[in-house]
Amino acid sequence: MNKASKILKKPITSTVIAVLFGFIVAAFVLLIAGCNPIEAFGILFRSVFSKPKYVANVIIKATPIILTGVSIAFAFKVGLFNIGAEGQFVMGTVVATIVGICLDLPPVLQFPVVLLSGMVAGALFGGFVGFLKAKFGIHEVITSIMLNWIAFYFCNFIAATKTFHQPNTNGTYPINASGLDFIFNWKKSEAGREVVINNEFLREAVGKTDMNIGFIFAIAAAIIIAILLKKTTKGYELRAVGFNQYAAEFAGINVRKNIIHAMVIAGAIAGLAGALQITGVAQKISTLGAFENYGFNGMSVALIANSSPIGSIFAGLLFAALIYGGGSIQSEIGAPSEVINIMIGTIVFFVALSKVIPVLADKLEKKEVKKDA
Amino acid sequence: MNEISKEYAVQMRGITKRFGKFTALNNVHVDIKKGTVHAILGENGAGKSTLMNVLYGLYQAEEGEIYLYGEKVNIKNPNVAIAHDIGMVHQHFMLVENFTVTQNIILGTEVTNGAGILNMKEARKKVMDIVERYGLTVDPDAKIEDISVGMQQRVEILKALYRGADILILDEPTAVLTPQEISELINIMQNLIKDGKTIIIITHKLKEIKQSANECSIIRRGEYIDTVDVENVTEEELASMMVGHQVNLVVEKDEAKPKDVVFEIKDLVVKNERNLDAVKGLNLQVRKGEIVGIAGIDGNGQKELIEAITNLTKSAAGTIKINGTEIQNTSPKYTIENKIATIHEDRHKRGLVLDFSVAENAIIENYHKEPYSKKGFLHFDKMIEQTKKLIKDYDVRPVGCENLPVRGLSGGNQQKIIVGREVSNDPDLLIAVQPTRGLDVGAIEYVHKTLVRERDKGKAILLVSLELDEVMNVADTIAVIYDGKIVSTFKQGEKDENEIGLLMAGGTNKNE
Repeated sequence: MNKASKILKKPITSTVIAVLFGFIVAAFVLLIAGCNPIEAFGILFRSVFSKPKYVANVIIKATPIILTGVSIAFAFKVGLFNIGAEGQFVMGTVVATIVGICLDLPPVLQFPVVLLSGMVAGALFGGFVGFLKAKFGIHEVITSIMLNWIAFYFCNFIAATKTFHQPNTNGTYPINASGLDFIFNWKKSEAGREVVINNEFLREAVGKTDMNIGFIFAIAAAIIIAILLKKTTKGYELRAVGFNQYAAEFAGINVRKNIIHAMVIAGAIAGLAGALQITGVAQKISTLGAFENYGFNGMSVALIANSSPIGSIFAGLLFAALIYGGGSIQSEIGAPSEVINIMIGTIVFFVALSKVIPVLADKLEKKEVKKDA
Repeated sequence: MNEISKEYAVQMRGITKRFGKFTALNNVHVDIKKGTVHAILGENGAGKSTLMNVLYGLYQAEEGEIYLYGEKVNIKNPNVAIAHDIGMVHQHFMLVENFTVTQNIILGTEVTNGAGILNMKEARKKVMDIVERYGLTVDPDAKIEDISVGMQQRVEILKALYRGADILILDEPTAVLTPQEISELINIMQNLIKDGKTIIIITHKLKEIKQSANECSIIRRGEYIDTVDVENVTEEELASMMVGHQVNLVVEKDEAKPKDVVFEIKDLVVKNERNLDAVKGLNLQVRKGEIVGIAGIDGNGQKELIEAITNLTKSAAGTIKINGTEIQNTSPKYTIENKIATIHEDRHKRGLVLDFSVAENAIIENYHKEPYSKKGFLHFDKMIEQTKKLIKDYDVRPVGCENLPVRGLSGGNQQKIIVGREVSNDPDLLIAVQPTRGLDVGAIEYVHKTLVRERDKGKAILLVSLELDEVMNVADTIAVIYDGKIVSTFKQGEKDENEIGLLMAGGTNKNE
C-alpha cells in the first residue's frame, strides 16, 4: 500500500477533506453573492479567535451540541438512531428547572442534584424508546420523533403552569441560585468579582460571557463513552447487539436488555446537555416557538465526527465556531449568513459521502499495481 | 436428444451458467412437451432453480439456447419471458400483503379506462373467469395477509394465468403446503394441462413427482443426468438418479466407541414462524464419543429443531436434556452454560459479528469471563493471546489477522474461526449445522477432521446437514428426519444412499 492511499483511508482524512469542500462550496456561494471569499473567511476566523470572549462564546455554544453529538454518536455505534436527542434534551431542561426551583439545598448538593435530575429525565425518555423497540419492535425513529413533540409541548405546559410561570415573562422563574453553575456563582461572589474585574483575560472570557463548567462535563462524557464502548464488557455487549443482534443473541447476550440500556445511556447524555444548559446559561425554561435544534445539531456533529465520541468534541467546536462566526460575516460585509448554513450542510454532505474516499484510494492503489506490473 | 420441434413447449440446449468460479449449470439440455407436467428433480444446490431462472430471464446463461415451440428466443429479462407467455411462481411469494387478491393479480397489468383510472369491475370479472375455469377457488376481495399460504399460492398462479401464461414454472410448489393443499394443487395442475397449458415443477419430493408429473428431468451438481417417463420408474430409481454415485469425500476414522447418553430429546414439538408444527414429537439421543448425523431435505424441521435446542425459539412440548438437565424454553446463554456449543449454519447472521475483529468474535461467548475481562473491563492482551492460539491451531489465514475485521476473511477461514471457537468452549455436546456450506474441498476436510477428532476425545456430536454425502461419511449413527420426526435411525453403512434418499423423501410413509 502506498503512502497516499494509506493517508486517504484514515477516517480523519475524509472529514478534513469534507470540511475543505465545505469551504470551497461556501466560497463559490460568496462569489455569487458578490463578496470576496478570502475576506469573508478572514472575518469568520477573526470573529472566532481574536478575543478571549469570542472563544469563550464558541465553547459555551459548543457544550450542548457536543453532548447531544456524543449521545447520537454513541447510539450510532450501537446500531441505533437517536433522533430523539432533541426531546431528551428538552426533558433535561424541563426537569432540571422544576427540581432547581422546587429544591433549595446547599450548592454542593443542589448543583449535582439538578444535573442528575436532568440526566434521569433524559435517560427515562430515551429508555422508554428503547423499551418500545426491545419489547414490541417499534422503530426508535418513529417513537423518538413523537416523543420529541411530547417533550416540546410538555416544556410549554410547564412554562405556562401557575406554579412555575414567572408573571410578565414567557418562561418560568429562574432556578434557585444554589443550583447554578459554580463559575457563575463565583463571579457573582465578592471575592470572585474582584478577581474577574482585575484580570483582563478573565474579565473578557468570564465576566462578559456565560462561561460555565459544562464544557468539562462534555469532554468527560465523551471520554467516558469512548472508554465504555471500547474497553468494557458492557460496551462489547452493546456493540455486538448493535452490529448483529442475531449473532449476539446466539452467543447468549441479552438483546432486549442491551437495546434498553443503550437508549438509557444515550438519553442520559442528552438530558445532561439540557440540565447544563439550565445551570450554566438559561437558568430557566421559556415557552418554545420551535425546537431549539440542540438535538438536531447534535446529529450533524455526530455525522461530522464519524460517530466518534472524542471526535464529537472537535466537531461540536467546529460547528459552534461556524455558527458563531457566521453572524459576523453578515454584519461586517453584508454577505448572506445563509452561507454558513450552506457550508455546514456541505460538510455534513461530504462526510456522509466520505465512504467514497477509501474507494478512490483503492482505485489509486490498483492503478499503482498496474503500473508496477 | 430430440430435434427442435413445435411439439415441445420449451427446449433448452447446452445451458451453462457460472457464478464467478462456480459452475452452477454445465451444458444442460431439457425438452418439455407441450401440455404436460414436467418435473425438474435434483438435490439442494443441484442447479434446478438456476435452470428455471434462466428460462424466466432472471439469469443470463453464458452459453446455450432456448427454443419455445420450435422458435429460438432470447430471454433477456422476465418481461421478455412474460411476453412469451411464461409465468413463474417462486418459492417465496411476491405478493403485496395489504392488497386484496384481485389487486395483487392485476398489479402491473391493470385494466384502466382512458384517463388512467382503474376499472376494477372489469378486472374482477376477468379474474373470476380464470378462477372458475380451473377451479382455483379464492376470495377475490380478501386481503393477502388474511389468507392461508395455500391460497396465496393460488393467487400467484392466478397472477401468472391472468397475464396469459401458457408455460407455468412452479418452484418448489409444495414446500409450504399441507397435504390437503398439495392434493388440491395437483388437481389444479391437471385442470391446467387439460386446457393445453404446460407446467414445469421444480422439486425434490419424489412422491409428488409420481403423483403429478408426466416426465421428469434429473439434474445433479449442475449436470444434466436424464429425462425419464415417470410412469416407468420407481421412487427408488428416481432417488438414485438424484443422489448419484459421485466421488465421496472419504473421512478417515476408526470405529466409534460410544459411551453414556449425554443428550436426549423426547417428544419435542416446535412451531415454525407460521405457527404450524414443524417438529412433531421428535425423539433423539446422542452418546459420548459418537457423531449422530441428521439427514433430511430442507424444510423438514431441522431449522426449528436447532432453534429449539439453542433456545432461539420456544418448544411447544417435550423435553431437551443435556447431562440430565432440562434446557428447553430457557435462554441461549443457559444452553451455552450447560456445555452445548453450536456451529450455526448461517455464519454471517448467527455465527459472527462481521464488523467485529477476529479477536472480538473469538470471545463472543466468553467476553464476560476471566481472563478476557475483569470487573467489567476487557483484557485485550488475553483476548489476543487466545485468538492467536486459535488462528494457529485452526490454520486460519492470513496469519496475524486477530485485529482485522472478520468480514475481510474468506468463508472458509471465517468458518474455521467459528469451529475453533466452539470447540475451544470445551462443550459436552457439539452441534454442527451445515458446517461445510459454501466451503472449498480443503476446508470441508478440515472441518470433518475436527469433528472426528472431538468425537475421539469423547465428545457427543450432532451433525445436521442437507448434504447426504456429508452425513453418510462423517456420522457414526444416522437419523433421518422427515416431516418433523426422526423416521429412521441406523448405524453408518447399514443403509445405502438410495435407501436413505428414499427415507428423506418420505418414501417409507406409504408402507406404514
